[in-house]
Amino acid sequence: MVQIDAKILENREIGPKQYKTVLSAPQIARQAQPGQFIHVRVSDGYNPLLRRPFSVHRAQGQKIEILYKVVGKGTEILSKKNRGEDLDILGPLGTGYWLPQREKGQLQYLKESPSATSKISDIMLVAGGTGVASLLFLAESISVHNPELSILAIIGAKNKEELLCEADFKRLGCRVEVATEDGTRGYKGLASELLEKFLPLSADKPKPIVFACGPSEMLKRIGRISRKHRFPCQVSLEEHLACGVGACLGCVVKAKGSTYRRVCKDGPVFEASDLMWE
Amino acid sequence: MMRKAREKPPNLAIEFAGISLRNPVMVASGTFGYGEEYAELVDLNRLGAIVSKTVTLKPRLGNEPPRIVETASGVLNSIGLQNVGMDAFLNEKLPFLRGYDVPLIVSIAGDTYDEYVQLAKSINREKIEGLELNLSCPNIKYDRKLMIAQDSKATHLVVSRVKKVASVPVIVKLSPNVTDIASFAKVCEEAGADGVSLINTFTAMAIDVESRKPILRQITGGLSGPAIKPIALRMVYEVHKAVEIPIIGMGGIMTPGDALEFIIAGAKAVAIGTGNFVDPLTPIKVIDGIKEYMIKNKIKDIESLVGSLKCPKDSS
Repeated sequence: MVQIDAKILENREIGPKQYKTVLSAPQIARQAQPGQFIHVRVSDGYNPLLRRPFSVHRAQGQKIEILYKVVGKGTEILSKKNRGEDLDILGPLGTGYWLPQREKGQLQYLKESPSATSKISDIMLVAGGTGVASLLFLAESISVHNPELSILAIIGAKNKEELLCEADFKRLGCRVEVATEDGTRGYKGLASELLEKFLPLSADKPKPIVFACGPSEMLKRIGRISRKHRFPCQVSLEEHLACGVGACLGCVVKAKGSTYRRVCKDGPVFEASDLMWE
Repeated sequence: MMRKAREKPPNLAIEFAGISLRNPVMVASGTFGYGEEYAELVDLNRLGAIVSKTVTLKPRLGNEPPRIVETASGVLNSIGLQNVGMDAFLNEKLPFLRGYDVPLIVSIAGDTYDEYVQLAKSINREKIEGLELNLSCPNIKYDRKLMIAQDSKATHLVVSRVKKVASVPVIVKLSPNVTDIASFAKVCEEAGADGVSLINTFTAMAIDVESRKPILRQITGGLSGPAIKPIALRMVYEVHKAVEIPIIGMGGIMTPGDALEFIIAGAKAVAIGTGNFVDPLTPIKVIDGIKEYMIKNKIKDIESLVGSLKCPKDSS
């Protein structure tokens, strides 16, 4: 975890109100794990006052990338920053996605039924909107460290214009399925509905690991589906954060055993079955 | 021409209520966790003191979320004193902090007078330099309506009972949610308090107009940040006129200039709260900035700045 002034190498609109910012941040690029985030001070003034969190979308060499949609004052200001400007960032923060314990280089509970024969992907990624940001980083990491695992990426968006990263997942060799709410591309409906279509529902089939990131309603639905069909599922939560380092306890979410967990430190990625959302 | 011999660096060290501080800049309770959360980002050994997150006798779960919302130049919170409890604090959190050379002031809050006394007794002066009594958390009410810090009799009782058993200096954190904060500072002084700390947050709220629901689950919370700074400053000014015991001034300090305003108004020490969230280096920047100011203005000792406000002669 470091605090640095990162130079903006690129800040461009990649879709309707959607932006990608590339930053020079060597230490963070080295340390960042998929699902972790950076905490960005978008303004020196007091309005907005607090930093804004963004998932690391990519970490390569000296650079990191973030992907975001302009939704309020903070992202509005960030979207107007120019190349060459410095950005005060903290990171990498939080607990990211994790792969279950490996044994002899293979995922333990997948070794009985290799995906090649069952045609079921080992990993299913479900992305809603800009939630795709951290999942692409995860897919890249899996393709490097666990190339034996097959990945299905289900990407959801409002419409085809807002669809993100389809080509990036394909380039990594992932199978990609698309859902748009208005039906302008792929399946008409929600990414979570599409997930249910691809899940092996019979109990004796091997279970994929599902990783999901997107709007909280989507994550809640996927959490319910994971409980119903008993598959391992990690969700990346989005919350308003103050400190971002686990000190202020402002961002907590209710977890099993009547406890609160900090989205910024214990998360943002949680095992869906650990959370008490409803 | 020969360069002038380097002048002695200004003295930022102070003694606050018997606690020796290398500088007057602390981090405020509840905004710095138990220190460990910030240790990777901030050199803890440079801080004047660390005031811990409030500790209660038993672990506390805290309030239901949402607990935090940003407002114009401020932050509204209703954490509800979530903490690990005194036993876990002493066993699990304190050893980490004792690995640093920084005075530690532990903030405590009880549900009853007896709990305050019990908590104070559990503080060992070998390991902890001071106590801050949190009588003013707006998210905790001692009789359903009032905080202790809103009732002068209750304040007097708690402070005097804690003073009887405490082995370390006792500082009382005051609430701004009163008509006359100076009168409460006087009550603390009469009850034997070694110092006062002000201000805690203002009870406040925010509403989502689309749903017409309060944004915080607890409906109201405590407002902090630059939005409250001018009021906090006025309160420090008033308390300084009313009591002899030293003051820790806080409320929206973001810059060295903000901190200097509090010191000039009468605070012997200052604390950074919400500023830590915005920039973890705020306390360090404030320390460096105060030092620069002192060099520029040829002030040798920080003590000479405390309460040095120059009011017009005809003012009361």
